[in-house]
Amino acid sequence: MLIFEHSRSGRRNYSQSPLTPTPTTGIPEKLLRKAPPLLPEVSEMDAVRHYTRLSQKNFSIDTQFYPLGSCTMKYNPRACNSLAMLPQFLARHPRAPESTGQGFLACMYELQEILKDVTGMAGVSLTPMAGAQGELIGIAMIRAYHESRGDTARTEIIVPDAAHGTNPATAVMCGYKVVEIATDKEGDVDMDALRAAVGPQTAGLMLTNPSTLGVFEKNVAEMSKVVHQAGGLLYYDGANLNAILGKVKPGDMGFDVIHINLHKTFSTPHGGGGPGSAPVGVAERLLPFMPVPIVTMEQGKYRWLTEKDIPQSIGRLSAHMGNAGVLLRAYIYVRLLGAEGMHRVAEFAALNANYLMAELSKVGFEIAYPTRRASHEFIVTLKDLKEKTGVNAMNVAKRLLDKGYHAPTTYFPLLVPECLLIEPAETESKETLDAFVASMKEILEEARTQPELVKNAPHTTPVRKLDDVRAARELDLVWKPA
Amino acid sequence: MPFIPHTEEDISAMLASIGAATIDDLFDEIPPSLISAGLKQVPPGMNEMDVTRLMLERAEADGRYLNFIGAGAYEHHIPAAVWQITTRGEFYSSYTPYQAEASQGTLQLLYEYQTMMASLMGMDVSNASMYDGASALAEAALMAVRSHKSSRRILIPATVHPIYRRVVRAIVANQGIDVIELPYSQQSGQTLLDALVEFGKEEFAALVIPQPNFFGVLEDVDALTDWAHGKNALAIGVVNPTALAVLTPPGEWGEKGADIAVGEGQPLGIPLSSGGPYFGFMACKQTLVRQMPGRIIGRTTDQEGKPGFVLTLQAREQHIRRSKATSNICTNQGLMVTAATIYMALVGPEGLRRIATQSHANTLTLVEKLEGVAGIKRAFNGPVFHEAVISLPAPAEDVLDRLKTERILGGLNLRDFYPELGNAMLVCATETKTSGDLENYAERLKKAING
Repeated sequence: MLIFEHSRSGRRNYSQSPLTPTPTTGIPEKLLRKAPPLLPEVSEMDAVRHYTRLSQKNFSIDTQFYPLGSCTMKYNPRACNSLAMLPQFLARHPRAPESTGQGFLACMYELQEILKDVTGMAGVSLTPMAGAQGELIGIAMIRAYHESRGDTARTEIIVPDAAHGTNPATAVMCGYKVVEIATDKEGDVDMDALRAAVGPQTAGLMLTNPSTLGVFEKNVAEMSKVVHQAGGLLYYDGANLNAILGKVKPGDMGFDVIHINLHKTFSTPHGGGGPGSAPVGVAERLLPFMPVPIVTMEQGKYRWLTEKDIPQSIGRLSAHMGNAGVLLRAYIYVRLLGAEGMHRVAEFAALNANYLMAELSKVGFEIAYPTRRASHEFIVTLKDLKEKTGVNAMNVAKRLLDKGYHAPTTYFPLLVPECLLIEPAETESKETLDAFVASMKEILEEARTQPELVKNAPHTTPVRKLDDVRAARELDLVWKPA
Repeated sequence: MPFIPHTEEDISAMLASIGAATIDDLFDEIPPSLISAGLKQVPPGMNEMDVTRLMLERAEADGRYLNFIGAGAYEHHIPAAVWQITTRGEFYSSYTPYQAEASQGTLQLLYEYQTMMASLMGMDVSNASMYDGASALAEAALMAVRSHKSSRRILIPATVHPIYRRVVRAIVANQGIDVIELPYSQQSGQTLLDALVEFGKEEFAALVIPQPNFFGVLEDVDALTDWAHGKNALAIGVVNPTALAVLTPPGEWGEKGADIAVGEGQPLGIPLSSGGPYFGFMACKQTLVRQMPGRIIGRTTDQEGKPGFVLTLQAREQHIRRSKATSNICTNQGLMVTAATIYMALVGPEGLRRIATQSHANTLTLVEKLEGVAGIKRAFNGPVFHEAVISLPAPAEDVLDRLKTERILGGLNLRDFYPELGNAMLVCATETKTSGDLENYAERLKKAING
């Protein structure tokens, strides 16, 4: 039932708005709204019950194991939320003077310094509000750099075929042509293809390392050399930073610019699809182009750096300073972890991934890159299963929902047929992983003995398999009263 | 080890299964030269009690002020239920609802949000939100250019939030789009209708129309919308959602209504929190839906005919279309929209109207009281909604500094954004201010000016 179907004309929550109505003094008649908007008229209890019940129709990290590849669904510590929601933090107006936000700004400044260290970069700006915005700003900085040198012939961004879809989409938004390069059979970028692709037209290369295939690009140092020698810059997509946190710094791999998904590696909540936060880090040569504002400290006082301080800045991405509350949550998380805890993140993410890969292989699943170490994730391919039983990757994913697990990432990366990209994250216990393997084994058995059961999954969720085609063909995007 | 559950026994058993001697072996494909020497700027870890003490100290350092700043972020009362429900783990710690059957809670809520927002805007459809108001405006500009096809010029009045204008520039900069600013009247604070002729000589893709504008002044939205349509361009409304409980929605502006409506969703139950996370909204006419960026939720049925909800029109998006996508965006601000939806359900149409009119009345009362102070006057004679520009007889920075020592944030100094206005500040008193607060402010301001 929709909230609108609980609505009754004239029902009101008297405690949630001013007790007496006031007139619209001074507003010309022709600018006044004629009919009220279609907002529900429900009691406070109706609303609380309705949205609490809706919440119960969601899978979440707090209720289920969520091995969603490339999304780093780790536990979101509750203290990160409650401390970021202290009343003074919530009440602070974004345009309040810096002197009234020294506590908040201290957190932001320290977060910048910590992220510089973790990434090995020379500067960090916290403003981008999501990974895709971090990418946009990163590529915009690369462009600004080339243009500032009068080097305007660089029109291409190179992207490996295994990359996230945001990479090519971002390059296009920055006015670049995308050149895709292939992956070799071991899962690394094809070096010959890269050498053939670079030239005076190359603005840069966007790389995720470890890649979305779940392996560390062994030739990253050589790649960096090839691109830099051609005059291009290197962009690091930090989607998989969790795999190397504290172990390897992107700056040491030769990257010039990086974005970090705080909602992955730094455990800020995914919130059902945002808000994210994606600070960008840059090497020395891109410092003049960083987005503002950035926090600086002068004689023990914190203040914003703006366009006046960074005149060549590529500008602003948000009305204020990005997703401040998300940044606070990340700051609280790093203070809880500390340097030692941060090293542990990559170690145990790798331990869980390699263990799960080994155990799934033992019960009969085919690993896409069996000779490689898993990073913090790995790929299972169900090509053979599909040929023999007709059960595909999506069917297995949906059947996992019946078993009480969120599905892994399916059909991404596109170059591995019938793939499941599995990332357990470091916060899961061995028992959880073992139980997941047992469920996967059951599904494998079911696929062989009763394939229809798997093909028709899910069976136990609030709704069964939904008709996507109908949704797109007969668009129903807003409710209309009968 | 914080948030890592492994016992020594677990570690040994897991390494044995993998066939590795140590955890370090799991990193043996990484060239040794790349292994980092350590983290020097990261302090040692703390337990929750110590971190709590630290954060309480930081929060205390920021203190509490009586706030009269608006300028795109508005202090409204937030019902207790909003964030108690929003931070339930099932909303807080879930992912983007790609697995529809496991995400019906979020998906249905977003469908309800789309319905509420489309209706508030007087539009046919809404997406499931954007990052914030400024970036939503930039995306609307890109959308207008995509659908217009022959022009890449966007007209934006100088009365649009100055930072929004900068954000639009930064985001569209590399796509060959011209952003042209329109002048305003220093008498009324409105976009100068007389000057439009000049700007309409060359073709343009869209005209942006703020309501209320950055000064709190109400624009002649009907005339502006009709003018844009007369020039074969789209009209993009950038509006305050609270205001629309009272003001004509963009979908009803002029003869045909605006084509796209965007804005900052923060007033709908999102705390000020130093500027974020907030959310942007975007609604449009049905004919433009396939050009709209961001997540869109559709209602459909499951294999048993039961109603259910899915992400739809995904063919527009980056994970399918890659370099040909409408935008590189892949998330919305899901959790903030969760809060806004619960907020709108709790206050309802009459509640939102009262919040809007009380805020408006408080600002008018405040302005009246301030006009009683020698040398203070309203900067513009155009009608306003819940925010106004005040001209001061002394530099705004000095006056605001003095108020700050009395724990009052008196408004936004306009010197940097609009130097031509001289000693001017933008003030706003929402429904959260009592008559005592307004009196207090007027008294302190009088002292601040008279020394």
